[in-house]
Amino acid sequence: MSDVPEHGAGTEPVRILAPDGSPVGDADVGLSPEELRALLRWMVLARRLDRECIALQRQGELTVYPGFEGQEAAQVGSAFALGQLDFVWPTFRELAAALVRGVDAVQYLQYHRGTWHGGPYDPRATRFGPICIPIATQLPHAAGYALGQRLDGTNAVTIAYFGDGSTSEGDFHEAANLAGVWRLPMVLFCQNNGWAISLPSSEQTAGEIWRRAEGYGFPGVRVDGNDVLAVHRATERALERARRGDGPTLIEAMTYRIGAHSTADDASRYRDDAEVEHARVTDPIMRFRNWLLATGIADDRFVMACDEEAETYALEVRAGVIATPAPPADWMFDWVYAAPPSSFERQRAEALG
Amino acid sequence: MAELTYRQAVAEGIAQEMERDPLVFLLGEDVADAGGAFKATVGLLERFGPERVRDTPISEEAIVGAAMGAAMTGLRPIAEIMFSDFLATCWDLIANQIAKTRYMTNGQISLPLVIRTANGAGSRFGAQHSQSLESWAMAVPGLKVVAPATPADAKGLLAGAIREPDPVIVFEHKSLYASKGEVPEGEHVEELGRALVRRAGEDVTIVALAAMVPRALDAAERLREEGVDAEVIDVRSLVPLDMSTIASSVAKTSRMFTVEENPRLCGWGAEIASIVAEGLFDDLDGPIVRITTPHVPLPAADELEDATVPSVERIVRAVLAAIG
Ligand SMILES: Cc1ncc(C[n+]2csc(CCOP(=O)(O)OP(=O)(O)O)c2C)c(N)n1
Ligand SMILES: [Mg+2]
Repeated sequence: MSDVPEHGAGTEPVRILAPDGSPVGDADVGLSPEELRALLRWMVLARRLDRECIALQRQGELTVYPGFEGQEAAQVGSAFALGQLDFVWPTFRELAAALVRGVDAVQYLQYHRGTWHGGPYDPRATRFGPICIPIATQLPHAAGYALGQRLDGTNAVTIAYFGDGSTSEGDFHEAANLAGVWRLPMVLFCQNNGWAISLPSSEQTAGEIWRRAEGYGFPGVRVDGNDVLAVHRATERALERARRGDGPTLIEAMTYRIGAHSTADDASRYRDDAEVEHARVTDPIMRFRNWLLATGIADDRFVMACDEEAETYALEVRAGVIATPAPPADWMFDWVYAAPPSSFERQRAEALG
Repeated sequence: MAELTYRQAVAEGIAQEMERDPLVFLLGEDVADAGGAFKATVGLLERFGPERVRDTPISEEAIVGAAMGAAMTGLRPIAEIMFSDFLATCWDLIANQIAKTRYMTNGQISLPLVIRTANGAGSRFGAQHSQSLESWAMAVPGLKVVAPATPADAKGLLAGAIREPDPVIVFEHKSLYASKGEVPEGEHVEELGRALVRRAGEDVTIVALAAMVPRALDAAERLREEGVDAEVIDVRSLVPLDMSTIASSVAKTSRMFTVEENPRLCGWGAEIASIVAEGLFDDLDGPIVRITTPHVPLPAADELEDATVPSVERIVRAVLAAIG
């Protein structure tokens, strides 16, 4: 447990705000004061909802839920940079990014409530792809989607989220390589949260993830994933590059999984609490709020209003989730094929009596 | 006899073989500190150390590929694939490499390796985490395939698989991990390729596998109340397949039903049904009936999953309808 090198050892990530919120780089990332305040608002809403979801799972209203506490800046900062036509390929931990994209939280949470059938939300309408649990399989899809976007003649970009653990799958390599040789309009956005279930990222890969980009012939960058401004700027640059036709970028956002892998996991089996306490010092929300208050872009009233809105929002989502009905059993045959084969008639009679 | 859960029995089977043979080792995702995603390897790291209980990166191809390479050096790897659904991510290595190596090297290379994996429905994990894929593996020449239904078999068949000279896929069932049962004390090894009569009966033969075995047994109790005396056979091993146990039962009862969790097309029961139809046609008093999951992906919602996989009610209904 303890002989593991510290998470994020090696190259210092690009950073604009220090953990205490003081600026260490150019804080003008081209966002208006309203937009800057919106970043805080989204992070606060997302965290409050995340905690509500864990409570909902404990109360038996969700089956399994993978929390993202600690990763708000990585998700909000990147999703906020996207244009309307850009398309997101998520994993299973991108609820914060989904909210920023306008995905309805109650619909999204049907996935974790186990009441969905044939998809909890519409990926085409939301431009937010299906939740993907088979690790890294979304990455080749994202490459193909980026190709389609280019052939459509738009300048829309595909962003694919994945974790540190996902980079060990062959799919990561194959997708990144394809994106490189075809110069696809794609952003490969890795949230290195230090863990893949019980495996620390130092045992996942012996190198630094962002450096792999060089081998594929495109730029890689390591940013402080708990610094929403740095994340936003890195994503925006990668998007601009892709829109210009210059191809993909790999972003490694260094963040931390504060909670367990999911509500089904007990992290105390393999992780020291001290490590988590240490990580809390770099909390993304505290950092950005400090900076907003110090610069006067936000005041205490705004901060309080965010907290109050988050409270109401979480309760609304809770009520919506609890009210979601179970789908009827006879939907079982729906959407297996475009037109059900005639053999389904007999199978329906056998299964449903 | 000791009472163990199915998951404890898996860990005991691995431990028994690791004690016995220093060439046996375990590799897979989250198998060491975390004790396995389904807690079926708890305690092994503490007992055998990190050289023999190895956490891997999330790289299924590397897991089974390295198991193959290690087996070629004489080691006896046990590779864990967390969900059987993820076998699809490393199927080339299993179906094209591992299964065919003995054949393509004139028997010079033996691959005494085991792939353990969590199979089946019951956890509401949806279409990509709940499949019953034993019939995929059964369709590949060169692989052996077992699927234990009880804690005793979870240990015994696993130990038998580890001692096999051929690659074996052991399909553990997710919904059985918490089940309890008697496991013989001391060394316990089961030979592959033997079916078991779990309940003797005179009127009909019900052939089941893994999590469908307890359901078939419950159905047999219900059928008894209806005046039908059912014999329940646990197939246990699909390759090699013990047709003689099944055949003697069918010769006695003259009626056969299969209860299969896999989707209908080309499920394991189709193979058994064809062998019975071919060899025991004159013994049969009526058509063979397969009770299966319909040909649909596994849904996630409770109501849908429950209705999809054969239930006790459905088995009873199908048997009563067929015998009239
Ligand atoms: C192909 C495949 N292998 C294994 C798993 C089991 N699994 C689910 S999440 C996970 C860890 C993923 O780690 P990472 O990519 O770092 O993402 P994080 O969970 O940290 O967000 C694993 C191993 C899976 N879902 N799919
Ligand atoms: Mg991770």
